[in-house]
Amino acid sequence: MLRAAPALVLLALLGPVAAGLAGTLAPAFGVMPTLGGTTPGLEPFRALLDWPGLPRALALSLGTGLAATALALGLTLLICAGWHGTRAFALLERALSPLLSVPHAAAAFGLAFLIAPSGWIARGLAQMLGWDRPPDLLILQDPWGLSLTAGLVVKEMPFLLLMVLAALPGLRPGQSLATAQALGYGRITGWIKVILPRLYPLIRLPVYAVLAYSVSVVDVAMILGPTTPPPLGVQVLRWMNDPDLALRFQAAAGAVLLFAATLLALALWRCGELALARATRGWLTRGGRGRAERGLRAAGLALGGMSAGAVLLGLAGLAVWSLAGVWTFPSLLPDALSLRSWQRHGPGLAALLAETLLIAALAAGIATALVLACLQAEQRHHLRPTRRALWLLYLPLLVPQIAFLPGLQVLALLAGLEGSRAAVIAAHLVFVLPYAFLSLSDPWRALDPRYAAVGHALGHGPASVFWRLRLPLLLRPVLTAFAVAAAASVGQFLPTLLIGAGRVPTLTTEAVALASGGDRRVIGVTALAQTGAAFLPFALALLLPALLWRHRRGMRHG
Amino acid sequence: MIRQFFCTAALCAAATGALADPDPADWAAVTEEARGQTVYWNAWGGSDAVNGFIDWLGAQALAQHGVTVTHVKLSDTAEAVSRVLAEKTAGQDSGGAVDLIWINGENFAAMKEQGLLFGPWAEALPNFALTDPGANAALTADFTVPTEGLEAPWGMARLVFFHDSARLAEPPRSMAALADWAAENPGRFAYPQPPDFLSSTFLKQALIELTPDPALLSQPVTDATYDAATAPLWAYLDALHPNLWRQGRAWPQNGPRLVQLMADAEIDIGFDFNPNAAANAIAAFQLPDTVRSHVHDGGTLGNASFVAIPYNAKAKAGAMVLANLLMSPEAQARMANPEVWGLGPVLALDRLAPQDRALFDALPLGEATLDPAALGPTLPEPHPSWMDRLETDWTRRYGVAP
Repeated sequence: MLRAAPALVLLALLGPVAAGLAGTLAPAFGVMPTLGGTTPGLEPFRALLDWPGLPRALALSLGTGLAATALALGLTLLICAGWHGTRAFALLERALSPLLSVPHAAAAFGLAFLIAPSGWIARGLAQMLGWDRPPDLLILQDPWGLSLTAGLVVKEMPFLLLMVLAALPGLRPGQSLATAQALGYGRITGWIKVILPRLYPLIRLPVYAVLAYSVSVVDVAMILGPTTPPPLGVQVLRWMNDPDLALRFQAAAGAVLLFAATLLALALWRCGELALARATRGWLTRGGRGRAERGLRAAGLALGGMSAGAVLLGLAGLAVWSLAGVWTFPSLLPDALSLRSWQRHGPGLAALLAETLLIAALAAGIATALVLACLQAEQRHHLRPTRRALWLLYLPLLVPQIAFLPGLQVLALLAGLEGSRAAVIAAHLVFVLPYAFLSLSDPWRALDPRYAAVGHALGHGPASVFWRLRLPLLLRPVLTAFAVAAAASVGQFLPTLLIGAGRVPTLTTEAVALASGGDRRVIGVTALAQTGAAFLPFALALLLPALLWRHRRGMRHG
Repeated sequence: MIRQFFCTAALCAAATGALADPDPADWAAVTEEARGQTVYWNAWGGSDAVNGFIDWLGAQALAQHGVTVTHVKLSDTAEAVSRVLAEKTAGQDSGGAVDLIWINGENFAAMKEQGLLFGPWAEALPNFALTDPGANAALTADFTVPTEGLEAPWGMARLVFFHDSARLAEPPRSMAALADWAAENPGRFAYPQPPDFLSSTFLKQALIELTPDPALLSQPVTDATYDAATAPLWAYLDALHPNLWRQGRAWPQNGPRLVQLMADAEIDIGFDFNPNAAANAIAAFQLPDTVRSHVHDGGTLGNASFVAIPYNAKAKAGAMVLANLLMSPEAQARMANPEVWGLGPVLALDRLAPQDRALFDALPLGEATLDPAALGPTLPEPHPSWMDRLETDWTRRYGVAP
């Protein structure tokens, strides 16, 4: 049974992705009998190439995706290199789970309200300078996608930070760094030279997931990104939603191109990795101890603080909006506060909370159990996944959702599964499993094998060692993996919408529908409700070990 | 023997399949079948006013007809269209997830063309007799596409502009005056980017006001007519765009965004397709109470909102009962009430019983809403083929930054 676990996991992930991709490839090559497309051909791609916005849309998707990933990764590493193990870092670490719980769209809305020419920062300036009209400046939706890049960086940095934190303990960074510093290396230089080369392979896949997400992003791009033309992901969604159903073929072709663009971005990134490794080979061993580190450290902290601050302040802005009466420019705060938005939408959202959490708990629970089974199988039967198998595991995160969900919807219909809670949970599983694996596998493998050896020596079988040693010792990372997976489930929009057939409403589908009216008060209420729902599992992951280990002093910080 | 049994069973199944569709001509049978059904009504969920009205209507349907209404809140009507399309692709020709769709214009044209709609049924509804399609052509021609009983009208939308009287005393009342005003006040007007439907409405309004021969627009577009008819529009837009919000380098995504830009004092004139939009926004605290509505002197575009039933809907009888209830004098008067929503009714008031007509006479009108006389004439929608060409050309000219 346990031996079959890895295969089972791959099936749960790959079946839907393969079926979904097939459902997109067919119309991309002109085959969709429902719309009269019966003969395969290249017509959809020809139409796609004829769209005048294509070069720029493609460049935007690749450019903002690569830039956002590079910046988010650079910033994450700079902060870790400069501050890991300090009090400031602990502070940032504590802000991590709230930052992770904020849905992408909510973070984007919050950021938009901060930096818009009529936003919170501008209102502060307006008070001082006496503006009664905001300046006509192009900040949001700028043609270069700078706001979009910023929005992606502030949201992806916490995720990468979490991944680094999960991977670091296994590398014993304290000892390495102490050695390097004793040899006279600066803190940042030492970290980059002795820890980063061992760390990067461990976080490579999460980085690739961030890159793939950023290239194909839709929701953040719709709020912060340019529109003439938009990035390719947004344009594909527009074609898919166009009343002219003939555009579905072009949309499918666009989705295939988006997938290709994602692969290209990954290839470019890989080339960048190799080039950087080659270029720094000499530098790594030449013995330079590092200079001007104080400035770098300060910059890292300032940028990291700004990035976290932007999300938290944006969330605060949304919280104020959810309580706002009339609130016009240039007032810093609403003219009057009112509970009306909460009264109007609160009960409806609360009613969906139970359904949302049930789906999240089941999807995340199954995901965590499967990952544990895989890891245990790995340990017992030495089924260590090859690099290629790992790639397959992350496929659902690497393939743009929009490229395979419409196909998956048809598959669910054929199986008679559409519109049921079970189908929605199964669809969520595809997306949350990789996250659970991502956050659990390294801590699990990093656990000192001597614990198990001692357990076996004391006469415990493999099952007993698992239940009585491994699981308790790793309770915290297991719960974190569960929380990350549950938070990802809470945030799923397209899978819930398409597979749920509108009959399995969750907080997120309701929030998106309500927010389509554009009222910031409603967006504030829904964003806070979503953040709360995603934060609950994180809070549980923090609270439960503290409760369970209240009589086990040695476990409290493990 | 066994084979014969299966054949009979298959025949029976086929026959019941055909018989299963309710016939609106036999209304008693429809209401009987509808009792106990659940209708999944797929309708845009972005407006408090609309959601509140649908909640109320659902309560009425349950109390009066035993029909449970579930509002499936959409962020885009295309979600429902895609769902029906996916069901047809998967061969699910009955028991579909969508029972009733709030629809009009291009979405209707597409579903009709692809055979995704059930019907005809709409003109056989008892309350359809209370409308007067002869006097209001928009009830049976959706963007000039004949409805042929495949969708039932339930509300009249009108293009109405709004401005903040505290910032702008006298708004421009024609497209030409609007361009002049924008030249004097650069950066203070915006319209959403096509293919958003409100954007299309603005472009069509401009086309009607500027084209040499508006009568041509009711005919399908031809290469011969298109260039001459639209040349003044492109000249107008070329001149207008540098004076738009962000110099036309960024565009509001949709209609609701205009309300937000107005509240942020980024623009001074907005517009919407609901004659009561300004009052609704004031009631929702979205706009200050100094905002007023205005229209253009020659009249503005208007059309009807409809509901349609997909070909594979599960609760067709319940959906028909709901559509009929939607056209009842009581529901129409509530919908037309600016304090509830303020969408125009589809009923012909002279066909109503006196006590029903009194419901409409009693409707209050807020300061921000224009009364029917001030609203002026309703301009008919051009043939949809014009819109397709306009959107494509707009994107080619302005939608792809150099």
